[in-house]
Amino acid sequence: MAIMSFIFVFFFFSSLQPILSLYEDQVGLMDWHQQYIGKVKQAVFHTHKTGRKRVVASTEQNIIATLDLRRGEIFWRHVLGPNDVVDGIDIALGKYVITLSSGGSILRAWNLPDGQMVWESSLHGPKHSKPLLLTRNLIIEKDNVLIVFSNGRLNAVSCIDGEVLWKKDFEEESLEVQQVIQPPGSGFIYVLGFAASSQFEMYKINAKNGELLKHESTAFSGRFTGEVSLVSSETVVALDSTGSILLTISFHNGKISSQQTPVSNLLEDSPGLAVIIHPSVTGIFAIKTDAATIFIRVIGEGKLEVVEKTNHETVVSDALSISEGQQAFALVQHAGSSIHLTVKPAHDWDSNLLKESIKMDQQRGFVHKVFINNYIRTDRSHGFRALIVMEDHSLLLLQQGAIVWSREDGLASIIDVTTSELPVEKAGVSVAKVELNLFEWLKGHVLKLKGTLMLATPEDIAAIQHMRLKSSEKSKMTRDHNGFRKLLIALTRAGKLFGLHTGDGRIVWSHLLQSLHKSESCRQPIVLNLYQWQVPHHHALDENPSVLVVGRCGPSSDALGVLSLVDSYTGKEFSSLSLVHSVAQVIPLPYTDSTEQRLHLLIDADKHAHLYPKTPEAIDSFQSEFSNVYWYSVDDDNGIIKGYALKTKCSSNVADEFCFDSRELWSIVLPSESEKIITTATRKLNEAVHTQAKLIADQDVMYKYISSNLLFVATVAPKASGEIGSVTPEESWLVVYLIDTVTGRVLHRMTHHGSQGPVQAVLSENWVVYHYFNLRAHRYEMSVIEIYDQSRADNKDVWKLVVGNHNLTSPVSSYSRAEVITKSQSYFFTHSLKAIAVTLTVKGITSKQLLIGTIGDQVLALDKRFLDPRRSVNPKQAEREEGIIPLTDSLPIIPQSYITHSLRVEGLQSIITVAAKLESTTLVFAHGLDLFFTHYAPSRTYDSLTEDFSYALLLITIVVLVAAIFVTWILSQRKELQDRWR
Amino acid sequence: MKWVEVIVSFILTLSFLSFPSCGFQSDELLVDDEEFGLEGAPQHRSPEPIPTRSPPVTSPTRKRHSDLDSDSKIQFSLDHAFGDSDFSPAGTFSARLKTWSHGGQTLTKLRFSRNNFSDVEKEKFKNLLESDDFYRIRLPSNVLSPPGRDFIISSVKARCLPRESLDEHFVIHMEGVNVLAVNYGSPGSCPYPRNLKLPAKWSFSSHTVLKNSEQAPRAPVFTEEILGGENAEGEVVQPAERSFWAKYWMYLIPLGLIVMNAVTQAMNMPEEQATGQVPAQGQPSAGAVQRGPSSAVRRR
Repeated sequence: MAIMSFIFVFFFFSSLQPILSLYEDQVGLMDWHQQYIGKVKQAVFHTHKTGRKRVVASTEQNIIATLDLRRGEIFWRHVLGPNDVVDGIDIALGKYVITLSSGGSILRAWNLPDGQMVWESSLHGPKHSKPLLLTRNLIIEKDNVLIVFSNGRLNAVSCIDGEVLWKKDFEEESLEVQQVIQPPGSGFIYVLGFAASSQFEMYKINAKNGELLKHESTAFSGRFTGEVSLVSSETVVALDSTGSILLTISFHNGKISSQQTPVSNLLEDSPGLAVIIHPSVTGIFAIKTDAATIFIRVIGEGKLEVVEKTNHETVVSDALSISEGQQAFALVQHAGSSIHLTVKPAHDWDSNLLKESIKMDQQRGFVHKVFINNYIRTDRSHGFRALIVMEDHSLLLLQQGAIVWSREDGLASIIDVTTSELPVEKAGVSVAKVELNLFEWLKGHVLKLKGTLMLATPEDIAAIQHMRLKSSEKSKMTRDHNGFRKLLIALTRAGKLFGLHTGDGRIVWSHLLQSLHKSESCRQPIVLNLYQWQVPHHHALDENPSVLVVGRCGPSSDALGVLSLVDSYTGKEFSSLSLVHSVAQVIPLPYTDSTEQRLHLLIDADKHAHLYPKTPEAIDSFQSEFSNVYWYSVDDDNGIIKGYALKTKCSSNVADEFCFDSRELWSIVLPSESEKIITTATRKLNEAVHTQAKLIADQDVMYKYISSNLLFVATVAPKASGEIGSVTPEESWLVVYLIDTVTGRVLHRMTHHGSQGPVQAVLSENWVVYHYFNLRAHRYEMSVIEIYDQSRADNKDVWKLVVGNHNLTSPVSSYSRAEVITKSQSYFFTHSLKAIAVTLTVKGITSKQLLIGTIGDQVLALDKRFLDPRRSVNPKQAEREEGIIPLTDSLPIIPQSYITHSLRVEGLQSIITVAAKLESTTLVFAHGLDLFFTHYAPSRTYDSLTEDFSYALLLITIVVLVAAIFVTWILSQRKELQDRWR
Repeated sequence: MKWVEVIVSFILTLSFLSFPSCGFQSDELLVDDEEFGLEGAPQHRSPEPIPTRSPPVTSPTRKRHSDLDSDSKIQFSLDHAFGDSDFSPAGTFSARLKTWSHGGQTLTKLRFSRNNFSDVEKEKFKNLLESDDFYRIRLPSNVLSPPGRDFIISSVKARCLPRESLDEHFVIHMEGVNVLAVNYGSPGSCPYPRNLKLPAKWSFSSHTVLKNSEQAPRAPVFTEEILGGENAEGEVVQPAERSFWAKYWMYLIPLGLIVMNAVTQAMNMPEEQATGQVPAQGQPSAGAVQRGPSSAVRRR
């Protein structure tokens, strides 16, 4: 019998081998990754050659990307970093993508097929100016040349190796160069600009060597505004600063002649301030006023003629030369639920090359940009395709009156994320629908079994993998038992709300918020944050959860606020409010009303508190907790942290019973000459702490100081707030504070000398971990502070606990004197960080891991045990048993613990952790330009069997064992019988 | 002569011994800085405003030391407010301002004299107690040029203060001559819900603590040998140092099974010979050894 049980135990353990990291075939089972490029700023098509047609795009997120023109997939992309703004892109020699970035000081060439950088040259000049990039087939001594005007210098750069062939400085202080033109077929370049805003300057330069051939200038009475529009190779149009006079300047044969036309001559009604919107269609330009877009043609010597005036939102593309001397351009106009795409030849306004009407999703808003490209149709006529950028930053390709593909690039700029539960599964729908039929189910399990017994053929393995990836289970639109399926609600900068399914990352719904749309009352809407408004538990079957979107009309903090309530299941905006006050802070209160709407306190710029929802019931439940509401504000610029409490009803003239005055309770003033606030961190509101006591090695207990009002503040010397290395270690320090935000008491304050920001911090339970740079050691460091409550330390006595003579259950008041002790330790860490978060589980039992967004845009999991201030070089045996790791000076980076495995979340901004219902598992969502989602179990999935657990193998094992028991039993019986007979 | 030498050397040793002790004393001054000046029980008996306690007599060695870092006396006031009323003076902090040779300035020897409540203030405080409202205090953020940039405000529910007398506890966080924050409240706990309780004596017993910033612990620096390049992967290496059992259990268990099997087999062999004898007569000495396992086998 002992052998039997041994065999059984052996089999059992061999089937439960712990998984230390992800295996190759598990990629994509629970995780998904989406790549985006952001809002496209400029696009260039590459369709000349045979082979794959592609489009090169630069975006507002400083990305250069090439997309497949057939499907919209990314071939390659490069993120240029936040300070390296792309100024212009083009394709040269048919194989290089040329980018001009960083205000015109960096010129790079990338290989078009694979995105490898070919060369890079830095262009410096005497002064800052508007960067201009010009690529024409300009050939100097068999060398293709790029003309770049940047930083007050004209450069001719070789396409082959990026070498600067010649340069010419324009040092005149007030000169603003607006256009650089190279008339086709000529050997010279015109540089046009304004000097002192009132003088038109024209330089004619030899394209071969940069020699100045001619310089002409003319003064005007008015002043110019920015843009000039080039209407032909020898004529430009400009607006004066009042926006009411159009100047037509021609510089034929080096002679400047000009003509002024008041805008009011062209239009009957006074249009208000006009702006030139379109810079490059021959013979035609457009001006935009508040009410309309006007297309004007230049006829002959400075004569202007209005060709069309549209009141709709109209977008125009650049000119595209379609054949010898013929140009075309595209116009996109909105009409109801569809858009009209019109392609017109430049010389003839009235004829259309193409006119299409395309049905467009209302949720994409207006068209912001359009880029066109032509191709030869099967019938040898010209066909056109257009790439359009919408208001929600999405990118669409239109061809033959249909949307070929679309990309939701708004998701590259997520501002805030929250989660929502999915609908509860209605009874009667479940099993039969899911498990298609018994045979399928059996087949799947047999396949799985084959896989585990290593009998499967490669085709079988592929089938198994496919089955696992396409499991319908994970993408169902209902709640699951483990809480893995949720809706991720993401708010993007464009004011669009997306509902993403956590199972496969698909967009369940998306909605452009109408209340945060540009309108008369709200000129510059800005979305701020997302909060959970209503999470129904009691009425989960018949009520939908909803989220609150907070925005404001304008960039300043005293602009009026806008609230919008959105249904989480459908994405429909069911209510919106234009507030009469500003929104400086939103505090979700831990109280709900009878419909389970969460009470929110909105603090305006004048420190008045406004309660939402505005119902009598809300105010009733709020009154009882009135005196227990405290909040704080951090003024980074002045280094002042203040705490507030509610006082009375608003004393303003308008009777508003939902408005309250506040009073200042405490303040902390940091000396401005020595400290500057750079980071603050608080605990997550929904974090659960399982136990407040911590058992330490020698059977001793320490009580964690657990307060949801703990604030971590990090300050640096004002000098040291710049780049790393800009100060010496002596004049740089980092001070960290732990502050109780109810009373304003500083619980702990500590100085790191010779250290510098940037600081990334995370606060959880009773500890805070932060990351900074140590200038003395020339390395990044991570420190941990753990804070323990001493006032409860005398509760160790068992008898006290038994008799009930302890203070563990009494309410904790912040006004009691905090008797805390802190423990702290620092370690070196190799990476610099982009974000830091901590795993979050539903009951807080599972041990914590830190999730570190590395500089390489990956997410690394680091066990919190490595950041335990009780680590020592030689831990005692008892401490080792407790799990204390011997002290090392640096934190290890274990390659297997990258939870993004081989993927990168480009431009990583933040990591969000959400608890699943299963205690062992936390859901991790990392976003930046890319999105990445996975399940993560910090201590392995100890409370459930893994997905690939083979039930069939278990069954077979049991059957075999039972059979073996019987066989051996019979054998032993027989033997015993024989023995007896002997 | 020898005697003289001995005496001289004795004196020399004494003086050498005493010199470090002088240095130590000056060091003690630093320690003293962080100690709190406690306004004990004797003070709150006097109904009059507590006079500033004269600093303890400083020894000549201290004087000499402080010549290097000049000392000066400064005062700054504590204001208080009842609920939302305006602030009014409530007491005076006096301290020595120590200017260090390297230019830094710190406060030492903080003393606090509290003005007792006037009758009007008592009334106000009683009102606060009844309405469970806030008693607020404020300090200048810069002690040299008050109020500095702004006042440091702190407040406490008035019901937290009364015990026998009015007990208060200040922890003043300083950075040089700047006051960053003040933790103000009762010296002990203030259990919630707060009950209305009037103090027996309307006088303050104040405790003040001055706190300067702590130094953070340095990251441990290990010598090169220990680092050895492998240290970064220390945790990865660690599994290699597992015990023999942990490494080879998967081989050991089958081996153990085989051995057990073999043993039982071997056991059965002699048993076949033994079975005939066992019921018949007493065990031979060799049978005693085998009996245990064999009975175990049978029990199966």
